[in-house]
Amino acid sequence: MINGIIQIALYLGVLLAMAKPMGVYMQRIYEGQLPAFVRWLQPAENFFYRLCGVDSKQEMRWTRYAMAALWFSLLGVLVVYALQRLQGMLPLNPQGFGAVTPDSSFNTALSFVTNTNWQGYVGETTMSYLTQMSGLAVQNFFSAATGMAVVIALIRGFARHTTETIGNFWVDMTRSTLYILLPIATVLALVLVSQGVVQNFSAYEKATLTESVSYEQPKLDADGNAVKDAAGNVVTEKVVVNEQTIAMGPVASQEAIKQLGTNGGGFFNANSAHPYENPTPFANFLSMLAIFIIPAGLCYTFGAMVGDTRQGWAILASMTILFVGFLAVAFYAEQQGNPAFTTLGVDQTASAAQSGGNMEGKETRFGIANSALFATITTAASCGAVNSMHDSFTPLGGMVPLAQIQLGEVVFGGVGSGLYGMLVYAVIAVFLAGLMIGRTPEYLGKKIEAFDIKMASLVILIPPLVILGGTALAVMLGVGKSSIYNPGAHGFSEVLYAFSSATGNNGSAFAGISANTPFYNTALGFAVWAGRFWLMIPVLALAGSLAAKKRIPASVGSMATHTPLFVWLLVGTVLLVGALTFVPALALGPVIEHLNMVNAH
Amino acid sequence: MFKELRPAVISFVVLSLLTGIAYPLLVTGISQATLSDKAHGSLIINDGKTVGSSLIGQSFSDPKYFWGRPSATGPVPNNAAASSGSNLGPTNPALIDAVKSRVQALREADPGNTTPVPVDLVTASASGLDPHISPAAAEYQLARVARVRNLDATYVRMLVAEHTEARQFGILGEPRVNVLELNLALDATH
Repeated sequence: MINGIIQIALYLGVLLAMAKPMGVYMQRIYEGQLPAFVRWLQPAENFFYRLCGVDSKQEMRWTRYAMAALWFSLLGVLVVYALQRLQGMLPLNPQGFGAVTPDSSFNTALSFVTNTNWQGYVGETTMSYLTQMSGLAVQNFFSAATGMAVVIALIRGFARHTTETIGNFWVDMTRSTLYILLPIATVLALVLVSQGVVQNFSAYEKATLTESVSYEQPKLDADGNAVKDAAGNVVTEKVVVNEQTIAMGPVASQEAIKQLGTNGGGFFNANSAHPYENPTPFANFLSMLAIFIIPAGLCYTFGAMVGDTRQGWAILASMTILFVGFLAVAFYAEQQGNPAFTTLGVDQTASAAQSGGNMEGKETRFGIANSALFATITTAASCGAVNSMHDSFTPLGGMVPLAQIQLGEVVFGGVGSGLYGMLVYAVIAVFLAGLMIGRTPEYLGKKIEAFDIKMASLVILIPPLVILGGTALAVMLGVGKSSIYNPGAHGFSEVLYAFSSATGNNGSAFAGISANTPFYNTALGFAVWAGRFWLMIPVLALAGSLAAKKRIPASVGSMATHTPLFVWLLVGTVLLVGALTFVPALALGPVIEHLNMVNAH
Repeated sequence: MFKELRPAVISFVVLSLLTGIAYPLLVTGISQATLSDKAHGSLIINDGKTVGSSLIGQSFSDPKYFWGRPSATGPVPNNAAASSGSNLGPTNPALIDAVKSRVQALREADPGNTTPVPVDLVTASASGLDPHISPAAAEYQLARVARVRNLDATYVRMLVAEHTEARQFGILGEPRVNVLELNLALDATH
């Protein structure tokens, strides 16, 4: 427990110390003042714009900016879909995987383009190396770069005044990719290889087992039908296995951008729990850092670009407060373990020789502290990578990831999308404060008016509509219920988690649910799209509206938005909006399950 | 509306080549040149034969071996071509039954041992491929392995210590014992 707290403190310390340097770097990149060590790439950048027919000096109105982001994303959907459907005929497919089903390809294409990386498929038995690295991993870059571009556009809306334009999408997206994502991912990938993450294009390896294992499988007759005995029972035969087939692939390169871009789509089914994706505690530490580094840095970038770094620190402080609160619940709940195990003669107490706690669905090298920390990080951000199975968490431990996704992933959040979500909450917070004291709300010298509140309301209201509507639909339909794996209240949580994760563009799961069905592939495909673009477009509209406004100088009547008071107001607004929306649904799932678990003993 | 289509297509193609071909090839090239063993899965090769990977767990149920974390992969445990956790929820009766039968199997293999069973030894790992157990889980099995193999417990404890990794840099993660490497070392003793 003590060591766990030290590890968490170390993580937060390193993260917060890196926020400013990262933020300064990103500010310089987006404002075009490239630091010397990347300036040599500028001719390539300029050549690229000429090739694309882009005038990098020409800025866009918000509508054109949104159109550019949409075209870019739409192309991504088509290409990722096509790659999956055609992979059987394409190279870099040593295992000879055939075409992915149409509904699964559709879901995966939307999911990766929207930075969700919900995965209904099993990576190592479905996707060729080419599909992974040139389809899925490319979207890990592009969707992250698109999110970063949009938040920069929103920041410009606050920073500028009386102008029509909010920047050039192609420039913002290209710079995000070229100067931020690509260099960091390259270095991170190589460090991950040094820890044992695989990076090759070989066919799967075969190893001779030290002790053979066997299993029973239905006996088949010459026609391939199951043989039945006189009583009509299926006859099984014993199969002895002497070999272990070990999946390979270009994993490290994908792993690095998966975390850095808060994408979360695992190369393998077990995601960051797989020893080839996340082999050591240090690899785990770097992965967690990679998830939060850009979202944390962007807070500083925001403050710097609006000309008052205190504004950025205030946002970062609100995020950190929420994060620590959620983490404490998850860590405590998981360390308490499962009361049902204790009566079976199982030792769950933490000691120097074991981490104890609820170890179902967790890896020994990560134990409780790093599993709870990772789960809280991955759902605070819209990452969705997992190093432990959330479905097997204790009810309250599992409620933390679920609730964080439902709050809109504004606690650090996805790259770009987290900060633009939090800034929308800030607009709502000043609006509420304005109502309380009867003044026109202002934020950063911009008067917040009816149009702005309408756009902010869309961003706040659309996700609950999709999450709760989708969950309600699924639990009323046979095709929705038949995919549920765990019985009772936990089964409801699986469905609620699926729609929350998809709409929040998170991608983690209570993975017992069989989501690779036409119903879930379609419904969740719709949810990821709505959760991304139905929010991104109002955010860009808000950016356009703010940019066009005059800047009002601060007066004695203006509310300061860099003070502890505002930090707590923002925390309260996020929690209040979330609680009002989701408490009833959470009561039906994790809360009931917790009461059942405690009262059973 | 179509004004942005041309930049979209061209930038998509060029940046795809950069991030989807050049980047993974660069990382592969550098890592194969400098860290080829790790980039290729940290395989364990004995007498020219691949016997596993030091990062991928194998299944053991013979009392003479240390047993690893239970694995929920199908159709066999520790299937390294289809990683998976159990995804059983904390109140699912199937989880309680599974833990109960694992406790029972451990007790049957070691009748005299009545100490509580360390939790990681009876709960399925997240990946189904966890190569490690906790030092407590190794200690729990130590007397059994020593007895079945007619080895001195002190010697087995020394082997366990040799295959125990401390927290990384003294602080990160949890202490752990590599089960496959330990069992290979035990087999090499005879």
